Amino acid sequence: MTAAPKHAPKMAELSLAQRLGPWMPLLLVPVLVALGALAIPETSSWLTLTVSGLAMGMMIFIMASGLTLVFGLMDVINFGHGAFVSIGAFVGVSVLLMLGQMTGAPSLGLNLIALMLAVIGAMAATGLVGWAFEKVIVMPVYGHHLKQILVTMGGLIVVEQLIVVLWGPEEIYIARPESLKGAITFAGAALEKYRLVAVVVGLIVFVAMRFVLRRTKIGLIVRAGVQNGEMVQALGYRLRRVFVGVFIAGSALAGLGGVMWGLYQEVITAQMGNQAMILIFIVVIIGGLGSVEGCFIGALLVGLMQNYVAFLEPKAALISNIALMVAILMWRPMGMIPVVKAK
Amino acid sequence: MTMLRSILSGDMPRSTVLAILLAAILVCLALAPFLFPGVRTVDTAARICVFIVLVASYDLLLGYGGIVSFAHTMFFGIGAYGVALALSHMGRGFTPIFLGAGAGALVAAALALLIGLFSLRVRAIFFAMITLAVASAVAVLVSQLSGLTGGEDGLTFKLPRELGPAFKFGKEAFDGKLFGVRLNGKLLAYYFVFIGALVLFLLLLRVVNSPFGRVLQAIRENDFRAEAIGYRVVYYRVAATCLSAAAAALAGSLYAVWLRYVGPETTLSMELMIDILLMVVIGGMGTMYGAAIGATLFVLAQNYLQNLMGAASGLVEGLPVLPELLSADRWLLWLGVLFILSVYFFPTGIVGRLRGGK
Repeated sequence: MTAAPKHAPKMAELSLAQRLGPWMPLLLVPVLVALGALAIPETSSWLTLTVSGLAMGMMIFIMASGLTLVFGLMDVINFGHGAFVSIGAFVGVSVLLMLGQMTGAPSLGLNLIALMLAVIGAMAATGLVGWAFEKVIVMPVYGHHLKQILVTMGGLIVVEQLIVVLWGPEEIYIARPESLKGAITFAGAALEKYRLVAVVVGLIVFVAMRFVLRRTKIGLIVRAGVQNGEMVQALGYRLRRVFVGVFIAGSALAGLGGVMWGLYQEVITAQMGNQAMILIFIVVIIGGLGSVEGCFIGALLVGLMQNYVAFLEPKAALISNIALMVAILMWRPMGMIPVVKAK
Repeated sequence: MTMLRSILSGDMPRSTVLAILLAAILVCLALAPFLFPGVRTVDTAARICVFIVLVASYDLLLGYGGIVSFAHTMFFGIGAYGVALALSHMGRGFTPIFLGAGAGALVAAALALLIGLFSLRVRAIFFAMITLAVASAVAVLVSQLSGLTGGEDGLTFKLPRELGPAFKFGKEAFDGKLFGVRLNGKLLAYYFVFIGALVLFLLLLRVVNSPFGRVLQAIRENDFRAEAIGYRVVYYRVAATCLSAAAAALAGSLYAVWLRYVGPETTLSMELMIDILLMVVIGGMGTMYGAAIGATLFVLAQNYLQNLMGAASGLVEGLPVLPELLSADRWLLWLGVLFILSVYFFPTGIVGRLRGGK
């Protein structure tokens, strides 16, 4: 009988690459910004583009976050998510048009109140529609991806057409509130005020979302549900109710994103949600389906990429995002921050 | 009977009503220029032929493979633009048609291979999202590269003389007419499309009834089990994607030959993709005959039902909202509702119903 091998646990430090691994996606954003600085010689245009890229990324994040959470929690893929973006934009813009006197006044306070009312209206409407959408369209097809894709696509068509019935087929032009028009100059670069506001709102939403997910009990249940839903149910939580709540919250966020996106483009159409879905899908795929942090980083990358490339070579803008997706999927096939399911 | 069986690759209709319907469609399409002479009706018949192939190729993916793709119009467009570019650069003739169609099919299959390898390797669900993104990017690109593709206006091109209305034949034998129908190149063009569509459809029927089609169905039902038996699921899925893309591209080539025009609206639009989805679901997923019936019904409804809706909207004029809901422009709204209802209550479509859930 041979002696047992000597017990020699290795406590070697992880190599630099291993320690850096989980943070790599986070580093991609500054890397892309630096690459942008190299490719664009004038600092002022680079700064302008960076801010608008960040603003666009934040808005895409707000729209996409609900989709990725809904998928993570319940394995439901909602192709009709874009409908909430459109509804949010139309309701919000209608509110703003009704409050024309408040948005037209050159007072920041009145403008912000009008904007808040529009956002609240939009989020309430999309939350409500989201609840109905979940009940009527998504619930009967749980656990069946193919049918989910088909049925939610059908729901998207119906909602788009209803918007046309209610608001008419023409696109609606909307001016931004008076005090959010124009730009401020910083270091020789013109930074649009509205884009700065969008960046701030996006950051607030991200931080709030992280706080809810990491620091509250409901967030704990949601995160546990993403990892192992059955176990959470076995512990006595009604995951279905949590899911409905997340679906409603995600729809409301899409509505918020819709208002912001509409004001960003200053024109809204019934198809805008479906068009935004292209970027949203790219973002949730490269972020890792189900991961909020991945979605955030992905959205920033897509926003920056789109703006830099559109400046350098306008025709390549959309293709560049596809290229970004391909590159990231080659590097990490499940997305930058893959969600590990306990099985 | 045995010959019929071998032509249909052993996939008999298995329902009297279905057999009669299919035979009626075949006869009507085969004799369309003689049964329904008229520019609009023959045009409808040609559209039905093309869409049967397009929808059948989509059904290979959706119904047999269980994979949802939103890039099918992109492949359709590649085929159409292939023929258009070949004809406008190489001059009129049959060589450019076949060369353009072949090149289009190859490009479509290669692109499908790339997308498939990227997305299907990880998760079948990625495929739906990635195809949506790629297809819209390509649609934007096509309208931007106006130097090559004619942009939003599209390309108009000349077919070989034999397929144009100026070409007349059979003057000595039939006095230039057969059953009152002028024997000209337009008639030949219709039969070019019809025979091309028939051959492609029978080929697709052959594919889905081969062992390959069986494996695809097994993967659709339970991919985990299929993998466990020893089939490389990814290979089969990617192969199905490529085949379906090539068939769609060939359907696009036929469409281009018929229209003598290609443009982003007619070949690449999202609306067209939704139409295809509806045709597959209404006809019945997972049977090629469903594609034939779905496409026929849909194209007929699109052409004639919209007038009916306009009339209905006129009837309820004066009532609130109703005329808005019934106007012919809201045709897509009702299609969406019909689509959702048929996925819920009618998942096997018309053919599934007729076959009695067997």
